[in-house]
Parts: sequence; C-alpha cells; structure tokens
Amino acid sequence: MTALAGLLTAAVLYVAATWRCRAPWPLRRTACCLAGLAAAGAGWALAGAHGDLRTHMAGHLLLGMLGPLLLVLAAPATLALRALPVTVARRLARALRTPPVRWATDPLVAVPLNAAGLWVLYGTGLHAAAAHRPALAALVSLHVLVSGYLATASVLAVDPAPHRRGVGVRAGALAAGTAAHDVLAKWLYAAPPAGVLAAEEGARLMYDGGTVVSLLTAAVLWRRWYVSRAVVRPAAAAPARPWAAWTPRTASPRSSTPSPQTPG
Amino acid sequence: MTDARVVPGRLLLSGLLSGAGLMGAVDEIVFHQLLHWHHFYDRASGAAGLVSDGVLHAATLSAVVAGLALLADVRRRGEFDRLRWWGAVLLGAGAFQLWDGVVDHKLLRVHQVRYGVDLAPYDAAWIGAAAVLVIAGALLTLRTRRR
Repeated sequence: MTALAGLLTAAVLYVAATWRCRAPWPLRRTACCLAGLAAAGAGWALAGAHGDLRTHMAGHLLLGMLGPLLLVLAAPATLALRALPVTVARRLARALRTPPVRWATDPLVAVPLNAAGLWVLYGTGLHAAAAHRPALAALVSLHVLVSGYLATASVLAVDPAPHRRGVGVRAGALAAGTAAHDVLAKWLYAAPPAGVLAAEEGARLMYDGGTVVSLLTAAVLWRRWYVSRAVVRPAAAAPARPWAAWTPRTASPRSSTPSPQTPG
Repeated sequence: MTDARVVPGRLLLSGLLSGAGLMGAVDEIVFHQLLHWHHFYDRASGAAGLVSDGVLHAATLSAVVAGLALLADVRRRGEFDRLRWWGAVLLGAGAFQLWDGVVDHKLLRVHQVRYGVDLAPYDAAWIGAAAVLVIAGALLTLRTRRR
C-alpha cells in the first residue's frame, strides 16, 4: 500500500512538474514516466510471490529492469531542473555534482552494486528470509528498484551527468552487468533456493527477460551515441570519397529506410 | 579527431564485433532453439563453464548492437569498404566459433555440440569450420588493407 502511494505521488509530482516546466516538455517522456511507474508497481506486486520463482522473477524484471529503463528515459532530473524555481534548481544542480551522487551514478560503481545486490539476494538466505517478513521484503524491493534505476541511469546518461564516462566504458559496464545477470540466472537454474516452486522456469525467465531488456538498453545507448553531437559533427564534415557512390546515406545523420505510407 | 584516424579502426572493430555477435546469435538460434542439439545447462559442467557461458552470451549480444551502431556511423561517413568489413566479420565469427569449440566445448566442457552421438566428427566439423572462417577473414582483411 505504501509502495502504491509512493508511486502515485511520483506520478502526480512528475505530471505537475511538466506543467510548470519552463519549456514544452516532450509527451513521450511523460509517457515513459507513467509506463515506468506502472511497470514498477506491477513488479512490486508480483515480486511478493516469494514461493513461486517464475512469478517473483517476472516481478523483478518489471521492478528492476524494464521499469527503471522507462523511468531513466523519462529524464526526471532534467525535468526537475527545468520546473523548480531557479534558486532551488541551482541548489539541486550543485547537489547532483557532489561526490556521493557522482559515485552513485558512475557505471563502474552503480552496475557492480546492482549485480552484487542480486547475488546477495539469491546467494544467501535473504530471499527465504524476506518471504516471512513484509518489511524486509519491501526493503529488498525498494533496493531492486533504486539500484536498477541507478545502474540504468549511469549507463544511458540521459539526465545531465558531470564527468560522464565514454560510450565504450558505459557499453562495457552494461555488458558486464548483463554477464553477471546471465551467470546468476544459470546458477539459479542449477541450484535454486530451497522450497520454491517453478524454479527452472523462473531461472529461464530471468535469463531470457534479462537478455531482452539488456538488448533494449544497449540499443538505446548506441542510438543516443549515433545521434550525439560529438559523433554527428565530424561525420557531417567528412569529405565525399570516390567510392561514396555506393553509400547513398552519407549526408543525413538520421536517415531511415523509407516506409510505405498507407493513407487512412 | 579526424576521419582519417577514426574510420579505419572503427570499420574493423565494427566487423569484428558484428561477426562475433552474429555467430553467437546463430549458435543460440540454430543449435539451441531449432535443432535442440545444445542444452541450456547440462548439469555436468563446473562453475567455470557456467561463468564462461554466461559471459559469452552477454558479450555476443552486446557486440552485435555495438558493431551495427559503428557500421551505421562508418557508412554515414562515406568511408565504407564493403569487402574489408566482410573480412572482419568472418574473422570475428571464426574467432567466436573457435573459442566456443575449443574452450567452451573441450576445455571447460560447458556443453557439447550434440548429445548421444560420437562427438569426434562433430567437433572436427565445428573447429574446422572455425579455422576456415578465421583464415578467410584474415586473408580478406589483409588483401583490402591498402584500399
């Protein structure tokens, strides 16, 4: 109940902030925020099924991977900086540059912490212990959501990040996090926690679902790199080469294959 | 950085990553999903094999996305040498296949090519195909060096 209230409050605050925003706020970011909060809410509810690993894992995929991905794409810090009164926004910008925040949003810290949390949850008795203690279960769910958000945010860097890591480091961190996730899923398949149902299906779901969301995250990461100014500008300035004739798409950075438009 | 310094390396890197990633996808789709020759986890391998398999899976799927993004960038710069890129693809695919055949199947014994059959011809075909890919890729990459 508290979780639901928290998520609803976040949705209301976000929508209210889009009205106060000093420039028009893209609708797709608002849609991402609401979808992300909905995914997190559904995940929170499903993760409570501790005895059924498949349902529990579906919950964690929504709560710790898909929800955070959508919430990162909603760029909440950018919205806050644009919607808050200028003095408060400046204070927030200063707070975002302090060392603790910088470490928490460094992919070399946030991604290992996210993976380590999962290993602790399933590698120790924590998963079984949380089944009978609602407060502990809520704490674990909150950790999954927050650390999943920080890891995704650190890799994608949608919100302003001082001293952002290069695309290679961020893609490498994402791959390493995916590897830790895959290994844990296989290990859960081989040695599931005692007394859970649907353990093999749950481990397979963790593996396959993790693959899909990681692929999506990598696609977003590289798409953002492809259209980023630092890469587009030298590409546009490249002189035409004699063999450029077979590469018709040289000038336009965002060229896409023409799709047949059906009227109606 | 100027194009002359960025593009040649990026073209090769794109081909290597795409080749390794595509071969990983072929392995996953053809041998795991369609033929059911490979198993998700056969319970016979140790922790090292489990880790190797998981790392390889994550690396290939990351590699294919990164490789295609780099390919898109090289093409946009108008410096795309198609043959050289295909050479790098073959090299990357062969390197992946070689690693899978030698380290995963034979040294770590994560899983085998097929179960319930005499393995020798399957292993010979697997590793031989890998060697052919690596040699073809290396020849193509070397021959297109000065274009």
